Amino acid sequence: MPQEYYDAIAANRRSTFFLFGAFLVLIIVVGFFFGMWIGSELAGMVITFFLAVVWGLVSWFAGDKIVLGVSGARKVEKREYPHLFHTIEGLAIAAGVPTPEAYVIDDASPNAFATGRDPQHAKIAVTTGLLKMMNRQELEGVVAHEMSHVKNYDIRTMMVAAVLVGIVALIGNVFIRMMFYSGKSRDREGGNAALMAIGFLFILASPVVAQLIKMAISRKREFMADASAVELTRNPDGLRMALKKLAADHTPLKRANGATAHLYIEDPMDKEKKGFFKSLGGMFSTHPPIGERISRLAEYGMIG
Amino acid sequence: MWIILGAILLVLVVAAIALVMMYNSFISLKTQMENSLAQIDVQTKRRFDLVPNLVETVKGYAKHEKSTLTEVTKARAAISKAGSPGEKMAAENLLSGALKTLFAVSENYPKLLANQNFLMLQEELAGIEGKIAYARQFYNDAIMRWNKKVQSFPSNVIAGVFGFKAQEHLEATAAERKAVKVKF
Repeated sequence: MPQEYYDAIAANRRSTFFLFGAFLVLIIVVGFFFGMWIGSELAGMVITFFLAVVWGLVSWFAGDKIVLGVSGARKVEKREYPHLFHTIEGLAIAAGVPTPEAYVIDDASPNAFATGRDPQHAKIAVTTGLLKMMNRQELEGVVAHEMSHVKNYDIRTMMVAAVLVGIVALIGNVFIRMMFYSGKSRDREGGNAALMAIGFLFILASPVVAQLIKMAISRKREFMADASAVELTRNPDGLRMALKKLAADHTPLKRANGATAHLYIEDPMDKEKKGFFKSLGGMFSTHPPIGERISRLAEYGMIG
Repeated sequence: MWIILGAILLVLVVAAIALVMMYNSFISLKTQMENSLAQIDVQTKRRFDLVPNLVETVKGYAKHEKSTLTEVTKARAAISKAGSPGEKMAAENLLSGALKTLFAVSENYPKLLANQNFLMLQEELAGIEGKIAYARQFYNDAIMRWNKKVQSFPSNVIAGVFGFKAQEHLEATAAERKAVKVKF
């Protein structure tokens, strides 16, 4: 394997470790506030620590199933989509990885992602819209992009980020509701109320923090996967034309959400962003601007 | 005294680990090369088996394409007669070319293009063609890394000890795409 892959794999090992660590710390801090609310900080931390470990195991071993389930992807047979299978099989050979399982999402919006904890457990999911819109060359480019994510273990980091981050956001939501209702019914002393306010702020902030971590992780990966996709197909035009089609399409993906957006080849949430969020520009997006990706691919074409 | 001995021991252990790792990287490359060659064999075998089926299907629709069909049949026959790996590869390339022509002329027969069996065979053979090309590409990339290891220090020492020699690339076919330079 070329050096870039070893570097990427090592970086992914570090970021996965970092994600688990950050998640654990976050959860224990949440546990502290939760403990305050139930009357024992220690008990709160022990409970959430236990839950965090369980959820860590779940996201490691079942994260791919959760991600595929949430996205509405179904496993397909070869006779249903032979050309998708051939493309996946061919590029798995080119990348020297086991053939990933094929999944299809019934959605007119063209998009694709890969997931799994390692190349031995990899899955590639594409939408029916993508299959309809792309010719063979373009589909090859898209699948090659996903195959690069498989080969350099991006799929692991991105899966763990999706599933762990997803639960942080969920816990934040639950706490906001709990505090909202209990705050009305019970009286609390001044100092305690202040701490509760800090806890409240933290709960509000935690999904945002988690979101930022997730995005920091995913943007470089897209450029890298585009570059190694070209190395696999030896053809920058396929992926470039595919990205052009993706950029031109404005059909929203129905089952997209904040926790899984970073998995896709092109930001599925992009189409809904308006005004304020658009003006924040780079900071809140999970993907580099597609125009920049297209122009980089055009450069590769000229060098070749 | 003990410190010096310890230091020597440490250096030896580190060197031994490095040697084992280098040796293993040779072996893993070798396995990858063998795997891609096996993959090429599997795919060419499947193609060999599918071709008569294709010829039969096309025959019924494209009566004026006898010479193209004969070309395909001849190329297939040459594969079973080929002795050396080089001859076999030349015959396989011949078949690739003949099939390409066949699919090109098929475009002129709308009824053939509407035949489910033909479409299935066309898709299947296109898939095989792609997989052969990708397996060759992977094999050549592996050879390149292998040869680099054989020639560069310190892995060339290991190569010398175990008799690992530089290997030949598979010759590129006309259909193959050139390597593209990319930046990371």
